[in-house]
Amino acid sequence: MTDTPLLSVRDLEKRYGARIGCTDVSFDLWPGEVLGIVGESGSGKSTLLNCMAGHLAPDRGQVLFDTSDRGLVDTVTMSEPERRMLGRTDWAFVHQNPRDGLRMAVSAGGNVGERLMAVGARHYGRIRDTAEDWLSRVEIDPSRIDDRPRQFSGGMQQRLQIARNLVTGPRLVFMDEPTGGLDVSVQARLLDLLRGLVRRMGLSAVLVTHDLAVVRLLADRLMVMKDGRVVETGLTDQVLDDPRHAYTQLLVSSVLQV
Amino acid sequence: MTAHDPGQAYNFAYLDEDTKRMIRRAILKGLAVPGYQVPFASREMPMPYGWGTGGVQVTAACLTPDDTLKVIDQGADDTTNAVSIRGFFRRVAGVATTERTAEATVIQTRHRIPETPLTGDQILVYQVPIPEPLRFLEPRETETRRMHALSDYGLMQVRLYEDIARHGEIATSYAYPVKVAGHYVMDPSPIPRFDNPKMHMSAAIQLFGAGREQRIYAVPPWTGVVSLDFDDHPFTASKADHPCAICGATDSYLDEVITDDAGGRMFVCSDTDYCATRQESGHD
Repeated sequence: MTDTPLLSVRDLEKRYGARIGCTDVSFDLWPGEVLGIVGESGSGKSTLLNCMAGHLAPDRGQVLFDTSDRGLVDTVTMSEPERRMLGRTDWAFVHQNPRDGLRMAVSAGGNVGERLMAVGARHYGRIRDTAEDWLSRVEIDPSRIDDRPRQFSGGMQQRLQIARNLVTGPRLVFMDEPTGGLDVSVQARLLDLLRGLVRRMGLSAVLVTHDLAVVRLLADRLMVMKDGRVVETGLTDQVLDDPRHAYTQLLVSSVLQV
Repeated sequence: MTAHDPGQAYNFAYLDEDTKRMIRRAILKGLAVPGYQVPFASREMPMPYGWGTGGVQVTAACLTPDDTLKVIDQGADDTTNAVSIRGFFRRVAGVATTERTAEATVIQTRHRIPETPLTGDQILVYQVPIPEPLRFLEPRETETRRMHALSDYGLMQVRLYEDIARHGEIATSYAYPVKVAGHYVMDPSPIPRFDNPKMHMSAAIQLFGAGREQRIYAVPPWTGVVSLDFDDHPFTASKADHPCAICGATDSYLDEVITDDAGGRMFVCSDTDYCATRQESGHD
């Protein structure tokens, strides 16, 4: 462990007019750590994630990222080309709906290769080899490299989206409900895959979900949000087994036991 | 301007002086930022969109009474579009017209660059249907402009990747994307990719007008124009592998002409002036 956090969020606030998207959010994310953000729909967790990832401009606060060349830099005030560069090298964003994160009219190989080409890869053969390698890493048969994502099942599309994001070896992954909309057996496989990739590549991740089982499996630490504010933070097991805030208690007790 | 007679009802070259000035501003800006699409207030022209309204406006803004105009359509001087635009400017500007590439000072073209090398005294005006090379990759205009500003062209490369993945080679055969002066990626209008190398370090000024889309862009003389490609699939300027059936030229772009309904066909130069000049000098 180093003593510099990979990502440091300070007093982040986003408002939609008079309404609060999220406010007073501060936390540090350490290298190799997976942080789960849970809360009900409308609690501001997606707003927070989009502000961190640069998709939304926050109204106040800082999002400091430990860049490889300049150390901690505020990504909110950095220039657009720099932020885009981060977005396709050190950062990755996995959308809930693979349709938002994939180019549906482009083959699987093209989808995986896009980030490589965006950072300057110009050798077709090598791009293709890398794409094949990544398809097999996410358990997609490499012979399907020229198929379009529409011909894939929901679970495969999600795995393809993960391959497309991880191909440039990012250090930080933002995930927005990565298992949403998948049936439970497919969810389980995807979680298994994600857990393996996160551990093997030493990734840090911010994982937004309303599914407590997902954070139990993936997240080291947990942040519970309600009405745009963080109401409780702690180690995942600690928060889930011994929730202190009334809302967290409600959330934990609402999970169906089978 | 009153140097001409039949067009008395019109200003010289049809457009009013203020409009021509506005278009010239856009042209100058385009020349200053090679490959950048400059918006301009495109006017209604007495012809339908898609018939070269952008090219006609650029030509009108460039013409002087001393100019000699040549108009080609797919390389030919004698097709409807070329004949009517040439007739239009003869009437409203009273300028001399020619079919000889070497004699022209302004050449308006649709879908070809003449085979005869252009000189520093010439302006080549392209008619452009869709100026945005990223249009079918990214539908949002706000986003394509940002991508141009940031030179964020990975997506264009993805398109070429898809070509190779599907066809084994880059199958884009016209409107092949080029990078101008090391920054902007530009749609060279639907010229065959055979013509792309002619844009590179051309002595002539190259102007592009898109009337419906209201954009003008330009390549100044002696500017690098590089066709995008992959290291292991380099760009090739392809053409039909035949000599011209009329003049025997092996270095010109050919049209395939179906001659009967029993599969008969011939390949002839698409540049009619080039072909005719060769025939006159004894090639056949």
